[in-house]
Amino acid sequence: METVTKQNQKVNTTKKIKISGAEAVVKSLLAEGADLIYGYPGGAIMPVYDEFYKYQNELHHVLTRHEQGAIHAAQGFARVTGKVGVAIATSGPGATNLITGVADAQIDSTPLVCITGQVGSHLLGSDAFQETDIISISTPVTKWNYQITKASEIPEILAKAFYIAKSGRPGPVLIDITKDAQFGELDFTYKKCKKIRSYTPVPQINLSKIEEAAELINNAKKPFVVFGQGVTLGEAEEEFKAFIEKAEIPSASTLLGLSALPSEHNLHVGMVGMHGHYAPNVLTNSCDVLIAIGMRFDDRVTGNLETYAKQAKIIHFEIDPAEVDKNVKTDVAVLGNVKDTLSGIIPFLKENRHESWLQEFKKLYQIEYKEVIDGQLNASHEGITMAEVIETLNDKTNGEAVIVSDVGQHQMIASRFANFKLPKSKITSGGLGTMGFALPASIGAKMGAPNREVVAIIGDGSMQMNIQELGTILQTKVPVKIIILNNEFLGMVRQWQELFFDKRYASTVMTNPDFIKIAEGYGIKATRVSKRENLSSAIEDMIASKESYLLDVNVEKEGNVFPMIPTGATVSDVRLK
Amino acid sequence: MQKETYTISVYSENNLGLLNRISTIFLKRHINIESLTVSNTEIENVSRFIIVVNMTEENVKKILGQIEKQIEVIKAYYHTNDESIYIQSALFKIKSNLLFDERQIQNIIKNSNAQIVTVSPEFFVIEKSGRKEEIEILYNKLLPFGIMQFVRSGRISVTKDEMKISEILKKQLN
Repeated sequence: METVTKQNQKVNTTKKIKISGAEAVVKSLLAEGADLIYGYPGGAIMPVYDEFYKYQNELHHVLTRHEQGAIHAAQGFARVTGKVGVAIATSGPGATNLITGVADAQIDSTPLVCITGQVGSHLLGSDAFQETDIISISTPVTKWNYQITKASEIPEILAKAFYIAKSGRPGPVLIDITKDAQFGELDFTYKKCKKIRSYTPVPQINLSKIEEAAELINNAKKPFVVFGQGVTLGEAEEEFKAFIEKAEIPSASTLLGLSALPSEHNLHVGMVGMHGHYAPNVLTNSCDVLIAIGMRFDDRVTGNLETYAKQAKIIHFEIDPAEVDKNVKTDVAVLGNVKDTLSGIIPFLKENRHESWLQEFKKLYQIEYKEVIDGQLNASHEGITMAEVIETLNDKTNGEAVIVSDVGQHQMIASRFANFKLPKSKITSGGLGTMGFALPASIGAKMGAPNREVVAIIGDGSMQMNIQELGTILQTKVPVKIIILNNEFLGMVRQWQELFFDKRYASTVMTNPDFIKIAEGYGIKATRVSKRENLSSAIEDMIASKESYLLDVNVEKEGNVFPMIPTGATVSDVRLK
Repeated sequence: MQKETYTISVYSENNLGLLNRISTIFLKRHINIESLTVSNTEIENVSRFIIVVNMTEENVKKILGQIEKQIEVIKAYYHTNDESIYIQSALFKIKSNLLFDERQIQNIIKNSNAQIVTVSPEFFVIEKSGRKEEIEILYNKLLPFGIMQFVRSGRISVTKDEMKISEILKKQLN
């Protein structure tokens, strides 16, 4: 990196101007096109906030109500736009409050740059007011982090931060800036980072691996694709579609892969994993070639590894070499960005048809429909089901909304039932399972995609984990729509207690506040619906609103999410009840 | 799969915080590091970590993947004991009177290829470089006479294979 910079300085002819470190932060953000950022001020970051004030016509800073809200909003923004999200906070508690979001972004590969203030460098290690060792704290959950102690480092380090966050497999970067570095002066020139000598973001493509993979696929009788967020992050949706269509391969999504392929595509056979669809889970253990694309064989996807797709040859399309053979031993690893490797393999593929194999998926879907889906969509018993809400929402938004879900039963139902027509339409906390994610993430998503309908689907438990972000909606007037699927339980934990702990409902019963009154207190329109016959018009009213709107849907209290692969069980032993 | 002793060599930028980043990779997986040495290398601004672990080859490969993923790591390798040349150093501090009262000590020092680094009226210091087992033999021989202080360094090693770090760095910059 140092050498690169030296070379860069030689070619850079921009006239140098002396500015403060704090101003350099703002100018660096603007140079990266990051003009919409989320944060919360405090002592150690005040010089930078002072510059935000001066630059308010160029850089829009959204004041959230908690640093966790800021980082989840930045994540929502990043996930819906594909750009780097930016969150900023002060030292100490401000910085530690970011950590849950940083860990979430790390495990879900979300490009973020987090900037934290730090006590003056002469105070480092003295346990000064609001000093915390955020570099050590954030090390295991960041792609990269760095503490700036001199103003002159700011442009180079921020350029590096944006490059690292976005390139290769994306992830969060945290830059800690001491207060004296913010006050200090520097000659400002900005040069975007394009290379770091110790870092290879995308592995070189090996053509022989592509040919090997193509041969396996061409000879497969029962090929099966499991695709993950890699398709979305690589913006490879078109290449992916062309790939599966040419060889006619039934394809199932992981939780984070959802919306990379339209739900109604005839080769989309649903979602794999613990609460995924019946057919793809069962047939994982029947396929002869399993093609994993931009996914990482999470334990929620594989169940018991000892019995996962043992009969199949495994092909893994992956950008991160460390993911290959990490959980599942592969026969052919095709390293590279899936956009390049998929377009690379298409010419080697034979046009193929797998009609009877596809029929197997359809047959199993019919079983799932009869045993599970029908009862949830066409319920006659009292109490609206979560599935009915999502189905009605599909109808009223024509499947074109961005669905931001939180964590729990409602997340799984939203993932199973939402109809996605457009890419980047499903935003949720997958790997970390962070309750409280959806409300702030939906704020960032709506700001990132102002022309799209953004609907947050949130459980009554999750809603109360970052409920203060209603204040951000009040202040910014961002028109996000919020549906609370309210069963007055921490539903997913309650379901496990019912199934595996003899219905001992330890600390899962919720006494909830009046969400309507809370919303109204924040100036947000709100309605409650508890009768099936009112659901359709209630959702219609919510969608019709030009402003933010909260719909509190009282759903059946003890509904369960099925199918289900119990922890550690074999995927094909997925339970329908 | 059988656990074995592996020497992991990590070539990296000489950056603050990288030691922490690498050690958390082991900590996260509950893997004990047997020894760790960091030094500069034949290439300017490039550091080398030498980490000794006892684990299966399958897991050592996974760990290597996680290490190489770190931005400032240039390249990481793992080697078995047969594939590298390695030693450790140890210092023994012993009361000076023993050197004269217990004549065997002089023979022990001579026979184990150890060296006397310093002698003062109160104590003398023996230095021994070699494999861990050789150091342990010397330790056990000296133990009955009383050891005031003992310390052993981490492993340092060079590999029989060429490492080609300069080539990697050159390639990355072009």
